[in-house]
Amino acid sequence: MLQIRNLTKIYDGGVKALDNVSFDVPDNQFLAVIGLSGSGKSTLLRCINRLIEPTDGQILWNGEDITKASPEEMRRIRRKIGMVFQHFNLVHRSKVITNVLAGRLGYINPAWSLLNRFPKTDMEKAIKQLERVGIADKADHRADELSGGQQQRVGIARALMQDPEMILADEPVASLDPVLAHSIMKHLEDINDKDGVTVLCSLHFLDLVHRYADRVVALNAGKLVFEGLPNEIDDKKFKDIYGRDAERVG
Amino acid sequence: MTEKNKKASPWKSIQFGLAILAGLFIYAYGFEITKVDLEDLRSERRQESLTRVMRALARPEIFEYDQKEEIINSPIYVTCPAGGTPTVPVPDKSSAYLVITPTCAEPGETVQVEGFNFAPNTSGPLRFIPGSDPANVVEIGRDNVETDAAGHFIYDFTLPKRSSKDVQYIRATLRQNVGVPHLTKTAYDTWEKIVETVFLALLATTFGTFLAIPLSFIAARNLMKPVRSPLASISLSILGWPVGIMVGYSIVRWVESFSTPFAGNIPINLLVIVVVPVLVSFGIRWALPQEEISKPDRTTQITRYFVLLLIVLVSFYGLFHLAGLSMNLGLIGKTNLGAFGFLGNFLFQIGDIVRIITPVLGGLAAGGVLSSLMTRLGQRATEKLSSGSIKLFNLVFSTLAGATVFGLIGQLVKSLYQIGNPIYTLWGPIFTGALLGLLLAIFTKAKDTLPTGMVIYYVTRTFLNGLRSIEALVMAIVFVIAVGIGPFAGVMALGLHTIVSLAKLYSEQVESIMAGPLEAIQATGANRLQTIVYAVIPQVIPPYISYTMYRWDINVRMSTIIGFVGGGGIGFLLQQNINLLNYRAASAQMFAIAIVVASMDYISSVLREKYV
Repeated sequence: MLQIRNLTKIYDGGVKALDNVSFDVPDNQFLAVIGLSGSGKSTLLRCINRLIEPTDGQILWNGEDITKASPEEMRRIRRKIGMVFQHFNLVHRSKVITNVLAGRLGYINPAWSLLNRFPKTDMEKAIKQLERVGIADKADHRADELSGGQQQRVGIARALMQDPEMILADEPVASLDPVLAHSIMKHLEDINDKDGVTVLCSLHFLDLVHRYADRVVALNAGKLVFEGLPNEIDDKKFKDIYGRDAERVG
Repeated sequence: MTEKNKKASPWKSIQFGLAILAGLFIYAYGFEITKVDLEDLRSERRQESLTRVMRALARPEIFEYDQKEEIINSPIYVTCPAGGTPTVPVPDKSSAYLVITPTCAEPGETVQVEGFNFAPNTSGPLRFIPGSDPANVVEIGRDNVETDAAGHFIYDFTLPKRSSKDVQYIRATLRQNVGVPHLTKTAYDTWEKIVETVFLALLATTFGTFLAIPLSFIAARNLMKPVRSPLASISLSILGWPVGIMVGYSIVRWVESFSTPFAGNIPINLLVIVVVPVLVSFGIRWALPQEEISKPDRTTQITRYFVLLLIVLVSFYGLFHLAGLSMNLGLIGKTNLGAFGFLGNFLFQIGDIVRIITPVLGGLAAGGVLSSLMTRLGQRATEKLSSGSIKLFNLVFSTLAGATVFGLIGQLVKSLYQIGNPIYTLWGPIFTGALLGLLLAIFTKAKDTLPTGMVIYYVTRTFLNGLRSIEALVMAIVFVIAVGIGPFAGVMALGLHTIVSLAKLYSEQVESIMAGPLEAIQATGANRLQTIVYAVIPQVIPPYISYTMYRWDINVRMSTIIGFVGGGGIGFLLQQNINLLNYRAASAQMFAIAIVVASMDYISSVLREKYV
């Protein structure tokens, strides 16, 4: 159970990216986060694993306050939270397999990882995850030789290496074409169903939200403006979320 | 709109005119200061020397022939003696001989010198030998003669103003090239020194690169900015450094004392070197599990730390034996390997270096470990204790840390400036430091974090910029004093300069990497070092390679002149030959430099294409 309580983030320049946001995410839920660009979706997701330090509020995960965790505890928490990015964020010059193995960095002893030594079980596991996302044959390629869809699958495999209990997906399909978008979303759905992983996924397209999400939260200018089921977003709610002049495109 | 329609105002034209006038004035003054003067260039004396030097430079002294000389003297009287034209002995006509007509003349008059039976097509000087000894080495005149295909020449020789009543001589020295051309002594010297130059640059670049890489990470703003720690951690870690260094150094020296009795014993060296790695690898495997899902209990953890400490001690013991073995084998190799004796010397020197720097490294490592343990302790304390007790804690330890830092700086000042008064070098700084520490503790909220990273960043940057501004040539002068004249001083000077300038260039590359992968690796729970290894290093490899190549190139060029101040390399020869006005030899060295620099450029471009 993830509980966000009065979460506020004010950036150095005084921009209020999150304004007193509170909501709960039960375990094993597929939660879509929607809103305009700049509404605070990315900030919200990054506050959960503290890539961005929240200014105020609490994030309780299974009863533990993430915002108060020490660096050592943070390492333990982060390794249970996988993250998938809009621009994949792979290390381009490294091999695909190295990128996937990097998902284990939170577990293995730093001294060994500095020498680029991973346990055998991790190597096998990495191949298994690549098979799961269907690109095991690319394991020895450099990451930047892969197409966008393939790179995102490597990103998912990396997150899976963490044995995550939760995955934060920051617009995972925004840089992909519609066909690829569905295939990536299906992988996330599969992880949500079969592995029982909680998924928080920010999305732009409402048809994807309807198709994959169990529940939706919407942000507008850092404020939570909607929380409910996907099919509760009617035209009025839509205008609340995206503004008066917005039109639905799919 | 208004901008476009603006008319050219007279004021603008005046401004423009004034600017041109100011420019003229500046350049006129520049000419005056730099003494631009073509008058001197046109003078005949200058032109002549210039031509001579340019001709010498165009003929580098690389190849030469062995030469055979034919020296023939022929008597002449200057001035004519009282008894009419003197008779001279008839020359031996079976070999080369000279005929001078007439056989006496007044100074300044011209006589005809005819040569017969010389080797065909040879050339050489025809000179006047003052005095009655035909073997006299003093020669006057700069005339040159050349024989025809029959070995014959005729030359009108003007007599110098050297009159004597005794007989004097005219000497023809005709030289002939024999055999095939071979390399000159200069060429051999140049080759030896250019090899020295290239290796000097190689060593300096290698050392510099290795030390610049870690420095570049702490001089990169994007990596250092997120590093913040509470005051308790900072003060404890500052106290940890000197204590750790001292303890570590003495412990390693203590370990060394066990190895010294067996230092010269090769079988024992070998035994230790085999046993230690086995012990260490078992120990490490037990004490440092690759992956741990749940935290081990306290007893196991403490035992592990203890085992790790033992491993470290045992490894240092092994290291001393390794150094000993290397030195012993080196000594044997030096005497028995003949031409490959330098391999033995290499082993010996490496062993010596390891033996000398191991205690220092041990001290630094212990300092680092103790300080990082203290940091963690401070962190733990800040989390667990109440604000009030942390405040008290900070007041005490921040004061102590401030006193320590300033006290140490004071001691450095004492040794550099020879100030004997402990009030200035010990108690004064300690008091100031304590006061500053106390103030910092008073004005910092108990649990606030301070930007440690940025402080380290600025200190490192200042240090790098300061050292970088000292030209390697100047550093070489200092190192020549420290380690003596020779290429080693050059290696040290260029190495130091390489460290500081590469660290700066590298760190700028780190600052410009993509932030995305960094974020992704951090999100997996990787700690700071892991993030650097997995997200930063792969991204900076290409620019690092390319900067290192460029630096090698610079070092090759620098090492050609570092010899000017005694830093070894070809510069020493070059300067010597220029000072001796031996321009043909200097030219050979300049050609060598040009060839090396050009081929470096070619090699580095090929390598860059391949790996970047």
